[in-house]
Amino acid sequence: MNAALPLPTRKDEAWRYSDVEAAARIWSVDEPKRLVVAPGEALTLAVLQDAGAALVLDHVVEIGAGGSLDVHLLNLGGTLGRVTFDVALAQGAHFGLKAALLGGEAQTLELVTTVRHKAPDATSDQLVRAIAAGRATTNYLGQIQVARGAQKTDAAQSFKAMLLDRTAAANAKPELEIFADDVKCAHGASVGELDKAALFYMASRGLPPARAKALLLEAFIAGLFDDMGDEAERARFLDAARSKLEALG
Amino acid sequence: MLKIENLHATVADKPILKGLSLTINAGEIHAIMGPNGAGKSTLAYTLGGRPGYEVTGGSATFEGADLLDMEPHERAAAGLFLGFQYPVEIPGVSNVQFLREALNSQRKARGEEPLSAADFLRLAREKAGLLGMDMEMLKRPVNVGFSGGEKKRAEMVQMGILDPKLAILDETDSGLDIDALKTVGAGINAIMRAPDKAVLLITHYQRLLDYVQPDFVHILADGRIVRSGGPELALALEREGYAEVIAA
Repeated sequence: MNAALPLPTRKDEAWRYSDVEAAARIWSVDEPKRLVVAPGEALTLAVLQDAGAALVLDHVVEIGAGGSLDVHLLNLGGTLGRVTFDVALAQGAHFGLKAALLGGEAQTLELVTTVRHKAPDATSDQLVRAIAAGRATTNYLGQIQVARGAQKTDAAQSFKAMLLDRTAAANAKPELEIFADDVKCAHGASVGELDKAALFYMASRGLPPARAKALLLEAFIAGLFDDMGDEAERARFLDAARSKLEALG
Repeated sequence: MLKIENLHATVADKPILKGLSLTINAGEIHAIMGPNGAGKSTLAYTLGGRPGYEVTGGSATFEGADLLDMEPHERAAAGLFLGFQYPVEIPGVSNVQFLREALNSQRKARGEEPLSAADFLRLAREKAGLLGMDMEMLKRPVNVGFSGGEKKRAEMVQMGILDPKLAILDETDSGLDIDALKTVGAGINAIMRAPDKAVLLITHYQRLLDYVQPDFVHILADGRIVRSGGPELALALEREGYAEVIAA
């Protein structure tokens, strides 16, 4: 327990789109999980957030020179499911994140990342896909900080959201703070709906609407978990994602 | 097999089909030709049940059942196939997965057992072979990165696999070079020319009809069939143009 952390409000930028009432019910939250990747070491981390109630899951990560961390995240549980990563990268370090946020009913699912490129030659790559149905809200707040002197930084963010109902929402907030002049920072965000032409095409071949929809949604997040090394873990992710998508359809 | 009577349909409140009647019996191949804007694609989409194509009058029955009362996927399970003028790309879904699911959905709706993965692949290989299509292409996402001609050939492979009773082919010949046209024409004949099947070819040009000989040719103009005849009507159109033949 971390009694020192004050209860957040929506005035707090990082909680602007959140469900602070749900957070209040579970406050205070656990200490952040701390992860240190030694220089030259390569680690992977798989996080399947399928809590029944509200959950805030903070990570503070330090990656040493030439080290790397690749994270796979499936965020789909709780009235509020908030997962954060605060990552500091030393020289030549790498942070990779592939995440899916799948929300229905009145869920608020969030991914908040702060990636600090503190030294030259570090890379980060974040690929985030969100699907929201019902009155669900999916949020991605991604901050990238490039310190003075962190030349040859290569940072990328891609966020794509799919809204299945008019009452669902997606918020994307990319933030770049760059204090070096020889860097590559790419970010993209888009919010869309299921392709109606594709749905009719699939129906015309005999697929019932629910099945056609599920196939398109599976395709939308396909590939995110392909490179998970642990087969059993990958199967667990795919199963959880599939049953969630069925529930959303 | 298909009986359309006095069909009226609108798209975005604009009347497009204005009293179209047409009967197609098993074993027949019909061609509908007509100038741009005559309502050819609207007819195909209306029969396929595309959202936004609203029937405002008339009827269409398929083997005695009210076609217009069925959902699009139910029409497919009943044996209707719609060949698209612009086949849709579906990133992330392979042809094999898509078609196996589609076929098994149809079989389920008809109370038949699903096809196993091995049996499905055998069937897919056979039908792809008919159209000269590499199985590797069927492992790729549906229509993604396919050329115009490949998309049309893929449509015919789909038709072969799904084995419909009635195929409505909307400008399947557009975008095909002569070799591809021959292949597609031969595919249509191999898959659909049978006593218990029928085809409705929708086309601008006579050239597909050199390879798929129609029994009947109809001219569609302003939402109605204005003339019907045999294959000679298509030749007359090619020679004299729509304006001449419609006025005659």
